Amino acid sequence: MIPAMTEATTSPAPNQPRLPGDLAIWIFILAEMLVFAVFFTAYAFARAKDPALFNECQMTLDRNAGAINTLLLVTGSWFVVLAVQAAHRDDKAVIARHVALGMLCGAGFLGVKVVEYAAKFGAGISLSTNTFYMFYISLTFFHFMHVILGMVILSVIWNQARKGAYGRENCHGLESGAAYWHMVDLLWIILFPLVYVMR
Amino acid sequence: MQFKSQAVAKPYFIAAIGLFVGQILFGLILGAQYVLGDFLFPEIPFNVARMVHTNLLIVWLLFGFMGGAYYMIPEEAETELASPKLALAMFWIFLVAGALTIVGYLTVPYATLAELTGNNIIETMGREFLEQPLPTKLGIVVVALAFLFNITLTVLKGKKTAIAIVLLIGLWGLAVFFLFAFYNPVNIVIDKFFWWWTVHLWVEGVWELILGSFLAFVLIKTTGVDREVIEKWLYVIVTLTLITGIIGTGHHYYWIGTPEYWQWWGSIFSALEPIPFFAMTVFAFTMVNRRRREHPNKVAVLWALGTGVMAFLGAGVWGFLHTLSPVNFYTHGTQITAAHGHMAFYGAYVMVVLMMISYAMPIMRGRAANDQKSQVLEMWSFWLMTVAIVFITLFLTAAGILQVWLQRASDTPIPFMAAQEKIALFYWMREWTGVIFLVGLLLYIISFFVGKGEKAA
Repeated sequence: MIPAMTEATTSPAPNQPRLPGDLAIWIFILAEMLVFAVFFTAYAFARAKDPALFNECQMTLDRNAGAINTLLLVTGSWFVVLAVQAAHRDDKAVIARHVALGMLCGAGFLGVKVVEYAAKFGAGISLSTNTFYMFYISLTFFHFMHVILGMVILSVIWNQARKGAYGRENCHGLESGAAYWHMVDLLWIILFPLVYVMR
Repeated sequence: MQFKSQAVAKPYFIAAIGLFVGQILFGLILGAQYVLGDFLFPEIPFNVARMVHTNLLIVWLLFGFMGGAYYMIPEEAETELASPKLALAMFWIFLVAGALTIVGYLTVPYATLAELTGNNIIETMGREFLEQPLPTKLGIVVVALAFLFNITLTVLKGKKTAIAIVLLIGLWGLAVFFLFAFYNPVNIVIDKFFWWWTVHLWVEGVWELILGSFLAFVLIKTTGVDREVIEKWLYVIVTLTLITGIIGTGHHYYWIGTPEYWQWWGSIFSALEPIPFFAMTVFAFTMVNRRRREHPNKVAVLWALGTGVMAFLGAGVWGFLHTLSPVNFYTHGTQITAAHGHMAFYGAYVMVVLMMISYAMPIMRGRAANDQKSQVLEMWSFWLMTVAIVFITLFLTAAGILQVWLQRASDTPIPFMAAQEKIALFYWMREWTGVIFLVGLLLYIISFFVGKGEKAA
């Protein structure tokens, strides 16, 4: 596969900086982050209009669940880093295991989130309750969907890794998937303090 | 022409251009009625002229999409079309059904037409853009299914390129979302909610995939850039389209009775809808700049670049102008919408269909490209139509801004019709610009009949 969008740069010289993963996934990641950036900005403006409401409702969020989830995603990212490093070392045997551990962290995140949603929806909170909860549910739910997509990508990678598809010479797909997974993590690292913690 | 069966595209293209002329003539009638209220009344009332204008647009674009697909799919799949006979049969069915529908609109009062065509069986009529009588709607489904069956089968038995797959997804999506035309609940909020699933998810969803796929096909053929490179661009464009366009539907849900969160969802996602169009602009120019050959069909390349730019301006920039809910609060349903509609449809869909015709027609007539004389004439038509649509858009935008001010934003707002009279000057300018557009379109048609054509290159 050609890493670049133009035919000019097929294989850069060895000492030149190399883009990990596919350029297309980076454009995809940038687009995704742009959507979230606009969402975060909208949140900031909405909050500035009614800080009292936002502060009050923020108190009702489960910060411990958020903290556990932060830990889970960061750990998940770490496992995926280990998988990529293993590929660079050509240590094919452990790649799949690290990817699986990364997915396990993602599954943990989803589990915690489902418990959190159950409590909120059980309390009768919905998108129409007020502006804060609208943002809380929208932002966390869009992120939730991205975690699911990230796990789908990781499961494809896991499957390939078990077949021994990745190694020093071929880690393109692995790096692309890893980059996406890190984005899911990065977004949460902004989302968690913004919605749960900052007052 | 690589495959004999590609020739079935020809009647589709010819019909598309014929109906295009009809659309523009009715556009001129409508434009005149904006300033001369009783022009052609009672023979052609405003609501009928508007229905014919918009319905003809949709139908001729569908002819163009089908023709484009019939031309492109065999070449991409590297095999003959599954059934050229079925394609020709569907052509005649669609053409006759379309013509009868228009005749129905023009000769019978709409309510009588509804009675005559069994609207009481399933009530689907009376909604903007989906005014077609039940038999026509069913006809569209039959034709679409036969068409999809034909091209899907062709792809299944041949090569499955990314470009062909994207086109198939776009066309299947087109058919699936049309099914919402049959869903007409009594609750007007739910009605409108799903009505947009046909209207918005067509033009800001699956049609964009068709556009991207056609553009990619013509760029591969005319620039000689590697297929892998072009396909990667296509993937990115498709992804951006779907990320922004699907939830972007929310920008129609501000004032129809849906929950308030749509104000945010619609604004945020639709604000990003210009991005895939911008990607298409960059795509078209980058590929043409990196071309590895000089294709003799210069004018097809011009259409490709034109659609890249005009789709971004019309759909992207003019869409963004009024997509945020606090802005739309004032601009909703004004001439700003009309301005956006004209440039977006021309830039995105008219131009891409004309690009396909421009590329494929000479080949179907046995030459790589038309001769110099014909191409120059077609370029004139390109510029006349494009500049005309730019000015139509600018005049309507000016009219819209004034309308918003006079009717909604000023301290002493005036009634709708009083505001309309005050902006009549812009309607007159739009009408004369429309005449220039028609001249451009006529030159386009004449360009098919001049010159002898360059023999195979």
